[in-house]
Amino acid sequence: MNRKTIFIFICIFALAVLAISPFVGSVRIPLSALFDFDRVSVESQVFYSLRLPRVLTAFLAGAALACCGVALQAMFRNPLATPFTLGISSGAAFGAAIFVLFASALKIPYGVILFSFLGSLSAVFLVYGFTKVRKGFSAGTMLLAGVAVNFFFSSLILFLQYMSDFTQSFRVVRWLMGSIDVSGFQTPLIFAIFTFAGIVLIAGQNLNLNLMSISDEIAIARGVNVQKSRKLIFFATSIMVAVVVAYCGPIGFVGLMAPHICRLLIGYDHKYLIASSVIFGGAFLTLCDTFARTLIIPAEIPVGVLTSLLGGPFFVWLLLKSSASRGL
Amino acid sequence: MNQIVIETTDLSFRIADKKILDKVSFSATAGKRLFIVGPNGAGKTTLLRCLCRIADDFRGTIKIKSRDLKEYSQKKLASALTYVPQALPADIQFTVHEFILMARYPHLSPFSVVSPDDEKFVKDAMEMTQITAFADRVMATLSGGERQQVSIAAALAQQAEIFLLDEPATYLDYKHQRDIHSLLMKINKTFGTTIICVTHDLNSAVLCADAIIALRDGKIVFEGNPSEIMSEKILEEIYSKKFSFASHPATGQKLIVPDSVV
Repeated sequence: MNRKTIFIFICIFALAVLAISPFVGSVRIPLSALFDFDRVSVESQVFYSLRLPRVLTAFLAGAALACCGVALQAMFRNPLATPFTLGISSGAAFGAAIFVLFASALKIPYGVILFSFLGSLSAVFLVYGFTKVRKGFSAGTMLLAGVAVNFFFSSLILFLQYMSDFTQSFRVVRWLMGSIDVSGFQTPLIFAIFTFAGIVLIAGQNLNLNLMSISDEIAIARGVNVQKSRKLIFFATSIMVAVVVAYCGPIGFVGLMAPHICRLLIGYDHKYLIASSVIFGGAFLTLCDTFARTLIIPAEIPVGVLTSLLGGPFFVWLLLKSSASRGL
Repeated sequence: MNQIVIETTDLSFRIADKKILDKVSFSATAGKRLFIVGPNGAGKTTLLRCLCRIADDFRGTIKIKSRDLKEYSQKKLASALTYVPQALPADIQFTVHEFILMARYPHLSPFSVVSPDDEKFVKDAMEMTQITAFADRVMATLSGGERQQVSIAAALAQQAEIFLLDEPATYLDYKHQRDIHSLLMKINKTFGTTIICVTHDLNSAVLCADAIIALRDGKIVFEGNPSEIMSEKILEEIYSKKFSFASHPATGQKLIVPDSVV
């Protein structure tokens, strides 16, 4: 099968997931409910206010995380680089936790996103700062710096939890597990804006990412401004991760898995890899979320738990695969 | 034709407290083959890396085609000069064709489609370097010699006027060494490409170069014609060791022979 056929299959898979998921759940949705635009019936209310926004949010969140994963893996030439391992997610989570615990009374519009973005940005600055202080760094050093930053912010979150009272602590824990719990179209709309912006920024880097995935030397020799490209990728991932973390918590493994699966299917050219990872990542998270809310009806499993449960074994398989040593 | 394409003035570079380059001033002439020699740690590679801005926090000035290096965007610079590293990473997952096509980057914008012109440059570069036969193989499956041919083919497809090469033949066997050197001669003669090549192989340098520069401890200690460097005194100054010589049976060129090992 050639690249085009596989890409079309991925698109069909995504469309199928998007079309079927909103109909799956504890309340059965008859087709007629779709045309009940005044939302008189309960079914149409469930469909339009809960299911559809949730499915769209899941898709956009998955797409954003996968897009970040593709870019970071290429930039660091390391199969384990993700917003998670680099501390960007935990930075964002720390920012959002601060807002939830201390600043929510301030009623700042979109405060969660703002704080989460400040968190992810400071994580990136820390990682990037290391490399500025120590000249002649390698992508490997930068990744290690990211791991350190990840631990740092994770500990800060634990500290916050320890210091806060029981109910607040419980809220933070539930949110850290990652769940896509939305109603209405405001959240998907915000997601759409930021995800779209981030994906466009990263897609514009597709040639640079191809070259940087070989080596920085080759990228520079071919005319890539590697410093500028890095900053742009960090900025784009910070925004996308901030929005996902602010609304859904730090959902792991999508950013790791989607790019790897697509690389196996589509190949290494970022012109196709970014597009297919975005679509596949979106479909994957939507599917996971559908399982998360239907497996133990009427309760829900946090989607972050599910992606990690699926992702864990995959991670091990990846490590065992010989080609996974690339760049490590 | 004797236009200066690269000119450095008091070029210095340090890593931590160590001076790697110490006020290096030299110039390279368009269409000529300049070889840079010297012992390990003399600063040869760093010099090349400064020229193509892989190392960018140097002191002093570098002028490429009479313009300050700092005025160039990286993309503009890449259409003037290209850098061929000692060896490409061994695990590149792109095919040979894809890899060489990426050398067209300085001539492309992010969402533009590859034009028939680009394909033609790639095809010509592969033909000239005789790698067309393995165009569709994945880079990771190539031998070191083949990979180096591909690396030079990519530099060709990039259409830069100046090639900076860092020990392009170091890891290669005799045949591939010769192939790479004659390829560089051919490129230089066909396109008038300026070749700047770092090497440890003095014999090849003498046989290929128009001019030679020798570095030691970050300073230029010799600058002159290939025939001039083959002197006991000069070489001892550069390498702190004695050399024995013999004449090339065909050309009479004075060359180094390996020391006998006791």
